[in-house]
Amino acid sequence: MRAMDYRGPYRVRVDEKPMPEIQHPRDAIVRVTRSCICGSDLHLYHGMVPDTRIGQTFGHEFCGIVEEVGSEVEKLKVGDHVLVPFNIACGQCHFCKQGLYGNCHESNPAATAVGGIFGYSHTAGGYDGGQAEYARVPYADFGPTVIPDWMDPDDAVLLTDVVPTGYQAAEMGGIQKGDTVVVFGAGPVGIMAARSAWLFGAGRVIVIDHIDYRLEFVREFAPAEVYNFKELDDVVVFMKKTTDGLGADVCIDAVGAEASGNILQSIIGKRMKLEAGSAIALHWAINSVKKGGIVSIVGVYGPTGNLVPIGNVVNKGLTLRANQASVKRLLPKLIEHVKEGRIEPKKIITHKVPLDDIADAYHLFSAKLDNCIKPVLVLANA
Amino acid sequence: MSDTDLAIRPSSDVRAGSDAESSPMVHTSSGPVDVSRIVGWGFDADTENDPTYSYRDRSKDDHSGEWKRPTLQQPDVELLQSVEHKQLPAVFGTSSPPKWVSGMMRRAAFRWSESHWAHWLLLMGADRVNMVEGLVEDLAQAKIPNIPKEMGVRAEWQHNKKGLAAKIGIAAAIGGGLYLWSRSRGRDEEDLGEEERG
Repeated sequence: MRAMDYRGPYRVRVDEKPMPEIQHPRDAIVRVTRSCICGSDLHLYHGMVPDTRIGQTFGHEFCGIVEEVGSEVEKLKVGDHVLVPFNIACGQCHFCKQGLYGNCHESNPAATAVGGIFGYSHTAGGYDGGQAEYARVPYADFGPTVIPDWMDPDDAVLLTDVVPTGYQAAEMGGIQKGDTVVVFGAGPVGIMAARSAWLFGAGRVIVIDHIDYRLEFVREFAPAEVYNFKELDDVVVFMKKTTDGLGADVCIDAVGAEASGNILQSIIGKRMKLEAGSAIALHWAINSVKKGGIVSIVGVYGPTGNLVPIGNVVNKGLTLRANQASVKRLLPKLIEHVKEGRIEPKKIITHKVPLDDIADAYHLFSAKLDNCIKPVLVLANA
Repeated sequence: MSDTDLAIRPSSDVRAGSDAESSPMVHTSSGPVDVSRIVGWGFDADTENDPTYSYRDRSKDDHSGEWKRPTLQQPDVELLQSVEHKQLPAVFGTSSPPKWVSGMMRRAAFRWSESHWAHWLLLMGADRVNMVEGLVEDLAQAKIPNIPKEMGVRAEWQHNKKGLAAKIGIAAAIGGGLYLWSRSRGRDEEDLGEEERG
């Protein structure tokens, strides 16, 4: 089969690889129909996540048609068109029982912090991902969800990660009616977090970034007030001024390890890799939120450590909430939101690309060319 | 110009109430706001979801650490397991088993827990070594990687010709400079050799 092949930082290609096989009685093999490139894939592509090995196939946002199932699979049937949550979760371990499907304890040998994730670094279990014609899907009766007849596959594929992650960012913010919510980052997750903030009753939604075309997009899509931090003398002072001197009720970090905006953080985090990426967005979030406020973190960071003003977290009495999205927990609610038109995921898709052009798609997304917001691979056999 | 003047305002101006009598108004940090035009506004409002209300669904055996394990996958490749795990998880990926020098580094890294920087820094180092191994592997299979294609130069050409030209110019300048420097250095060594012989 044809599959994406990681060859090193900034280098990917499509190669012939062996077909995936059933390796566990609860596995399924899925013929991929849609597969996204995620901002988190760019952290891998940029060589920022430890234990990312040559020869891996990335891709944790995909949907496809079930081709084969293992002997213990009872619910899923061959021919079902399913969306596959990016978390690999057993549904029965200590953490899954608590709805923490991003933290499954039965899917990742390499680390205990996070559960298995398709097509990510070996730190997330060493699974090949969905940027391929076929993928192995463990725990097939638990994660994969049959796409409703009425749902466009372009909407479905975005329910595997970006929509739930943005939604959970807002959920973890504990937003109360009338709250001012600031979202750092106008990438796909930040866009969805801003949109979701309204669903929880926000009174004001502000998005901060430095890419004008993305700010323009979220201004219309969410909608939101938007500001380019490069045009502000001091982001934190500005946030205080615009919130009556108090700060925002909720700040969301939807950027993670590759944030721009601070030379020191960029050099030691992104260039020298002496911390787990640049944490300037999180720094701003902590300092922009009001005393007693909430900082919700969904931006991805490496596993080592970061320079953040933890003293201010204590002095301001902040609550930090963070996790990988628990996709399966959120899906029933999000499917209903899509059905009722409260969320329109596919509007963020800007590029549809064949698998063979994956190197161009990665570069396009990474370099933010052609006003790219979300590239989706459409497989030839879809 | 004040910071506030720099704002790109929402086209529908979500902060301005237009129909105060019929619209729901909420109080915000910038005053009352009309939210009647925000589709789905407040739909998921949950007064219990404040910082002390966890989204975690607590079970009655939160501290037992016991559960019914799934059937165990049989390992047929080398796996590296965190020392923080009590046992091998039931399911795992088999994408790219450790091998060569990078594999030795990865095995060494897994002697330390996830809490140690040595664990992660060795893995990062192994990734860089693995990149070189990938090139060697390609060449050993008589495959010459098309690096410009792998780096998406075609997309750069289609959407950022100026940027591509600038990058090529900088690379050519650096390459040319290094070439001239190496030539002049070689000439100096030749002169020195002739002087010594003379």
